[in-house]
Amino acid sequence: MNVLRRALAVTLGLWVLFGLAYPLVITGVSGIVFPYQAAASPVVVNGRVVAAANVGQEFTAMDQFWGRPSATVSLTTGKPQPYNAENSAPSNLGPTNPVLIEHVRGRIAHLLATTPGLKRDQIPPDLVESSGSGLDPDISVQAALIQIPRVAKATGLTSARLRALVATATQGPDFGLFGKPVVNVVALNLALERALRKR
Amino acid sequence: MSVSTIATWTVVFATLAITAKPLGEYMSRVFSGSPTILDRLFTPFENALLMWAGVDGSVNMSAVQYGTAFVVVNLVWMLISYAALRLQAILPFNPEHFSGVNPYLAFNTAASFTTNTNWQAYSGENTMSYFSQFANLGFLQFVAPASGAAVGIAFVRGLAGRPLGNFWSDLVKVCTRLLLPLAVIVALILVASGVPETLAAYLRVHTLAGGTQIVPRGPIATWEAIAHLGQNGGGFTGANSANPLENPTPVTNIVLTIAMGLLPVAFFPFMGSMTGRPRVSWTLFFVASVFALGMLAMIYFPEHLGNPRLNALGLDGTANMVGKEVRFGIGGTSIFETATMSFTTGSVVSAHDSYLPLPQIAFFLGMFLNLVFGGAGVGLLNMLMLVLLTVFLVGLMVGRTPEFMGKKIEAREVSLAALAFLIHPFLILVGTAIAVATPPGQAGAFNPAPQGLTEILYAFTSAAANNGSALGGLASSLPFYEIALGIVMILGRYASVMAMLLVVASLLAKKPVPETAGTMPTHGLLFGGILFGAILILNALTFLPIIAMGPLVQHFLLASVQAR
Repeated sequence: MNVLRRALAVTLGLWVLFGLAYPLVITGVSGIVFPYQAAASPVVVNGRVVAAANVGQEFTAMDQFWGRPSATVSLTTGKPQPYNAENSAPSNLGPTNPVLIEHVRGRIAHLLATTPGLKRDQIPPDLVESSGSGLDPDISVQAALIQIPRVAKATGLTSARLRALVATATQGPDFGLFGKPVVNVVALNLALERALRKR
Repeated sequence: MSVSTIATWTVVFATLAITAKPLGEYMSRVFSGSPTILDRLFTPFENALLMWAGVDGSVNMSAVQYGTAFVVVNLVWMLISYAALRLQAILPFNPEHFSGVNPYLAFNTAASFTTNTNWQAYSGENTMSYFSQFANLGFLQFVAPASGAAVGIAFVRGLAGRPLGNFWSDLVKVCTRLLLPLAVIVALILVASGVPETLAAYLRVHTLAGGTQIVPRGPIATWEAIAHLGQNGGGFTGANSANPLENPTPVTNIVLTIAMGLLPVAFFPFMGSMTGRPRVSWTLFFVASVFALGMLAMIYFPEHLGNPRLNALGLDGTANMVGKEVRFGIGGTSIFETATMSFTTGSVVSAHDSYLPLPQIAFFLGMFLNLVFGGAGVGLLNMLMLVLLTVFLVGLMVGRTPEFMGKKIEAREVSLAALAFLIHPFLILVGTAIAVATPPGQAGAFNPAPQGLTEILYAFTSAAANNGSALGGLASSLPFYEIALGIVMILGRYASVMAMLLVVASLLAKKPVPETAGTMPTHGLLFGGILFGAILILNALTFLPIIAMGPLVQHFLLASVQAR
C-alpha cells in the first residue's frame, strides 16, 4: 500500500509541473514573444481572417491556381470534403489499389482538358497524387508553372505577370539548403487576387 | 540525390553522433549522483517532491521493488487517464465542447499513452479537449517514457555492478534533468517556426474560394516537442506530423527527427560510461547504426523510383508522392520515417499505407527488432537481450562459458532473455492470426489483399513494439481493435521489461569473473558482426513467413507490372 500512496503522491507532484506548468507557461511565453505564430499564423485581409498561412485550401476555379489533391472527408457525413482541417488525413490508398490508379488518371485527364497546350509528361506527381495531411499548402514550382496557361486564359493576365506572381509565392529552401523550393498556393492566389484588383 | 537531401541527412546524423557522448556522460553524472550544472535549478524541486511523497531517494531498491514501483505507477496513470478521458465533457479547457470519450477508445488511448505506444484510434482535433491533450495525454508523454528510461538506467547500474537505485528518484530526474530542458528548447523553436501554441478556440477562416474552414489550434508546440523527445509519437491531429500545423517547415522536420534520437542514442555511451566498457557500447552503437542506415536506404530509394503502376502513366518525375507532403520531399520524409521506426516513436510525416512494399518491410524491421536504438532505455534493454542470446549461442559454438561484462551468463539469464525475446513475436503473430481468422478482425482491413493482411499485421506489430504508427487505412476505431491492441500494448510493454529486470538482478548476485585469454570479447568487429547476424537470423526465422504473405507478395505484384 506504501507503493500505491507514493505512486499517487509522485504523480500529483509531477502533474503540476509537466501537466500544467510546462504547457501553460510556454503558452504564455509564446503568446507574448510569438503572438502571430502561436495563434496559427492568421492571414488577415480587410479585417477578415482569410487563411492560416501554413494550411492549404481547396481551389477548383479556372481563375485560381490549384493545390494538391486532398483526401479529407466530412466529419458528419464521411463524404469527401477536401482541405477539411478539422479531420486531417491521407487517402491511405495502397500502391496496387485500383482506386488509386483511377483517381490519378482522372486528375491527369482533368488537367489535360482544362489547360491549353499541356502535355502529360509535364505534370509533376505532386499535382495529381493526394497529400499526407490533406492540408498540404504547397506544390512544386513545376506544378505552379504548368497551370499558367489556364489561369492566363481565365484571368486575362499575361504569362509573364503570372510567372512573376509564382516567383513571389515561392519559398525555400530553408537557409538555402533544406527542402526544395515550393509554391504556397494560398499565398499565390492571394497575390493573384491583389493583382486582379489593381488592374 | 539532391543537395537538400544530403544536407538534411548530414545534419541529422552529425547532430546525433556529436551529442551522443557528451549527453551520455551527462546522464552518467546525473544518475550516479555527481554534481551537474542543473542541480541548482532542479534539486530543490526534486527534493521537495520526493519528501512530500514520503520517498527517500537515496534508498536503493531490489529488482522486484523497482519493477513493482514501475508497474504500480503505470497502472495508476492508466486508470487516472481513463477516468479523465471519460469525464472530458465536464473538465475545463474544452472550447470546442467535445463530449466524453467512449469506454473502448478511452481504454485504448489510456493504455496506448501509458505504455509509450501512442497508437491513436481517434483524430485529436475532433475528439480531444485541450485539457485531455495537454494535462492528460501530454502529461503521460513525459512520465511514460521517463518510467521506461528509469528501468533502462537501473539495468545499466546493475551491469556496472552497482545497486539498482531508486525508481522514484530516477523517474523524477529523467523528467526534470533530461526531458524538461530539451522540451522547452524544442517547443520554442517550433513556435518560432509557425507551430500554434494557444488555448484559444479553433480559428474560423473565410477561404479565398468563398467557403469556411475551421483550423484547429491549441497547445500544439509543447505537445509536439515532448511527443518526439520521449519517443511517444502521438499526433495532436489525425495526420500527425504530416499536418503543417504540427510540422510546418523542412527545418522543423529536422528538429523533430533529431529530438526523437537524442536520448535513445545517448543511452549507448551512457552504458559505456557507467560500466567503464565504452568499447562494448560503441560496438552495439555501430550495430544499431548499420540497421538504421539499411532502413533509410530501403525507404528512400524505392520511394524515389516510384510506383511502377503510376509511372506507367507518363508523368514528369517518378517520386511516389501519394500521402506525402511537398515541403519535405522524399529525402526529408525518408529520414523522419527511418527515425520514427528506429526509435519506436511512431509519429509520421506521410501515409505508411501508401508506401511501396520494400519501405514497408523496413518499417516492420524497425518494429520487429525494436533495438535500432529503440525508445530511450528500453531500446538498450532489447539490444542487451539480444547480446545475451548471442553470447550464449557463440559460447555453445566454441565451447566456452559465455560471459558478459565480467559475469557468467548461465541458464537462468538465458531463459529469461529468451522469454523476453519470444513475447514479442508471440503477441504479434497470435494477435494477427486471431484478427484474420475472425469477422470483427477481418472487418478492419481497408486496402485489398495482400495489403489488407499487411495492415492488420502492422497494427499488432506496432502495438507490441510500443511504436504507435499505423497503416492508416485500418479501421482502428472498431471495438475489436481498440480492445485487442490495448491488451497487446500492455503485455508488450511490461512483460519483457520485468523479465529483463530479473536478468539484471540475477547478474548482480553473481561474483565477477576475471577476464582471461579464454574470455570471448564482446566488442570489436568480430562480435559486432556476429551480433548483427544473430539479430537478423533470429528475427528472419520468426517473421519471414508472415512478411512473405503480405508486403513481399505486394512487391512481386508491382514488379510483375514493370516486366510486362
